[in-house]
Amino acid sequence: MKILAAATLALLASTSAFAATHIVEAGDGAQERLQEALIEAQPGDTVQIGEGRFALTDGLSLDVAGVTVQGAGADATILDFTDQQGAGEGLLVTADDVVLTGFAVENSAGDGIKSKEADRIVYRGLRVEWTGGPAETNGAYGIYPVESEDVLVENSIVSGASDAGIYVGQSDRIVVRHNIVRNNVAGIEIENSFNADVYENMVTQNTGGILVFDLPNLPQMGGHSVRVFRNMIQDNNTPNFAPAGNIVASVPAGTGVMIMANRNVHVFENAFDQNGTSNVMIVSYTQAFDDPSYNPLPRAVFLENNAHGNAGYAPDFEGGEQLATAVGGQLPPILWDGTGEAILSNDEAVVLSLGLTAAGQSVAEAQPQPVDLHTDDIPEQPEAVSLPMDMEPADQ
Amino acid sequence: MIRALAVFLAWIALASAGAAQSVQAPVALDVIRGDTLPRNLSAFRFFTDGIGQSPNARVIGYDLNTPLFSDYAVKQRFAFVPQGQTIRYTDQGVLDFPVGSALIKSFGYPADFRDLDSPVRWIETRVLLRRESGWVALPYIWNEDGTEAVLARAGRRLPASWIDAAGETQAISYRVPNQNQCKGCHDRGNELSLIGPQARNLNTGTRLAQWVDWGFLDRAPADAPRLPVWDDEQDGSLAERARAYLDVNCAHCHNRDGPASNSGLFLQYEEADSVARGILKRPVAAGRGSGNLAFDIAPGDPDRSILLFRMETDDPGIAMPELGRSLLHREAIALIRRYIAEMPRPGTAGEFRGAELRGRR
Repeated sequence: MKILAAATLALLASTSAFAATHIVEAGDGAQERLQEALIEAQPGDTVQIGEGRFALTDGLSLDVAGVTVQGAGADATILDFTDQQGAGEGLLVTADDVVLTGFAVENSAGDGIKSKEADRIVYRGLRVEWTGGPAETNGAYGIYPVESEDVLVENSIVSGASDAGIYVGQSDRIVVRHNIVRNNVAGIEIENSFNADVYENMVTQNTGGILVFDLPNLPQMGGHSVRVFRNMIQDNNTPNFAPAGNIVASVPAGTGVMIMANRNVHVFENAFDQNGTSNVMIVSYTQAFDDPSYNPLPRAVFLENNAHGNAGYAPDFEGGEQLATAVGGQLPPILWDGTGEAILSNDEAVVLSLGLTAAGQSVAEAQPQPVDLHTDDIPEQPEAVSLPMDMEPADQ
Repeated sequence: MIRALAVFLAWIALASAGAAQSVQAPVALDVIRGDTLPRNLSAFRFFTDGIGQSPNARVIGYDLNTPLFSDYAVKQRFAFVPQGQTIRYTDQGVLDFPVGSALIKSFGYPADFRDLDSPVRWIETRVLLRRESGWVALPYIWNEDGTEAVLARAGRRLPASWIDAAGETQAISYRVPNQNQCKGCHDRGNELSLIGPQARNLNTGTRLAQWVDWGFLDRAPADAPRLPVWDDEQDGSLAERARAYLDVNCAHCHNRDGPASNSGLFLQYEEADSVARGILKRPVAAGRGSGNLAFDIAPGDPDRSILLFRMETDDPGIAMPELGRSLLHREAIALIRRYIAEMPRPGTAGEFRGAELRGRR
């Protein structure tokens, strides 16, 4: 036993002896020095970026597993891509077990930070921002993990994304918590993904707050098992500034949460207020598609214990105003297109169904009426997402 | 004095023998196979001259039927295969190079594209080394006088200028990719892999057999597949040439195991699913790359096709490919424009899917 303990200690000591810290300070040649550090880092190393503004002309990338990239804080260490001339994103991560923490990415030409096939990635205490406010010319995604397992995005701020501030796509086991997302087209988007917990985020001044979507013709489809809870979702009324063609360009301004073509989505204990179209919208995918394995309908959606403030006073979709007039001047806080199965709500709020019966059916055929979706048979929640222990912050 | 002279002469003889020997020394197989990242390109001895023009023994030059566009840079490609070993032929994908092989590719600009004798200013040479652990990619940047190229793992921007084929002066900030960006394209299922040397893109009709004769390739089937030359109107149908161009310039990322796997847009030459090829496919993570358009390819309507829109811009947040292109490739834009324009519009010609596959003229 003693020998084992000694051996373990020796092993620990040797690991820490080998872990190096590569310090990169602001100044001349920052592009090359920073990129060199990201290439030369070995698994277990830390690339420590100093305070100040780093003027960068090209995207950075990290392809070494187990590296921590650490700045002096989201307001102190700023990777400034205002003059970016090449690459599709500010920082690209393509290795597993990477931690990104304590720095900002500003004004990247394309996406802010993207990680692809990067399992167990941690985004912690970051800021990704397009500093000129909402504009169609801003990059698409702020924080953009895709095709990954075990994803944690926390304590970060994303602002100005012309698609989604925090976008998690085609991934499995995802936690998005304690972030502030504002002035994006979509605040947070979980797309074609499995097992996501989105909680305790401040989601405000976006076009749409939180989107849970599934789209056809993609390698991973059949999004399911998503919990959206204890978020503050208010005043998401920014006019949609997404370039047309993208799915989020069809999101009405004034949307709190939108669930599209997904299964087993639970929305509970959120505080909604001042979302001009709707606090919660449950719909099918309406565009034509050619993919027999794709299911466009929402299924097994459950709302419970959400607080509904004012909503539906400025519906931003065709026929919305007439619809509001027809139901007494203002839409109720929850809108459902009428499609799908096991759509349930125990919220103390009226649900307006458009009475559609199939995905893609014209809204002109809508037969809107309030519906009672209450159930006494409470559906079982998706299991809480549990990430590997070493992804959690050390001090908690 | 005489004795001193004799010693001096002997030294001269030795020195020149040494020099002659170093000129003829074979490619440094141990460096290719080793685990170091040599600072100087000359350490590999791929060339017998300093300037990367005269290949050493077992280093052969080659080109591709349809090459990758890199801002109009001219390219010089070489392959090295160790003595006594051969590349293994494969119908699909890239050829299988034995451990110890290397691919060497130089990028540069002639001062004047109208003048065939115009000297080329070589900017960089990228090498791919086949080690036991897999392929390793390293970028080397040439010095001003072209006598040595030095490793630049973090890449660099360098000014480049030339007079183009139309007599216009062009000047760009040329981007030497960093080592990770190498993988950004040379990535299949998270392994560094080759892109260019596929049987079908090397197959000129005679080359594969020649490589077998030279002892480089194990076999060359008579019916080996062949990619058309994208800009030779006599070679293949319009659709075949367009798809060859898209394969070589896009499919290194846009394939099911590549860096753009999440996009659902797959542009390999043999891709059978028309939606995956972009036809009436909606964008997924394109952002402003969508250009306010609904489909990657709107058949019959190039101006409403995202694929062409992203070829027609030099905005780094929109342009495709993401790396290695700051200029528009005018000739390819014309090809893809025609390719899309000649596709029957949906609803007007019914079976647009099958028809396009067959490659109409």
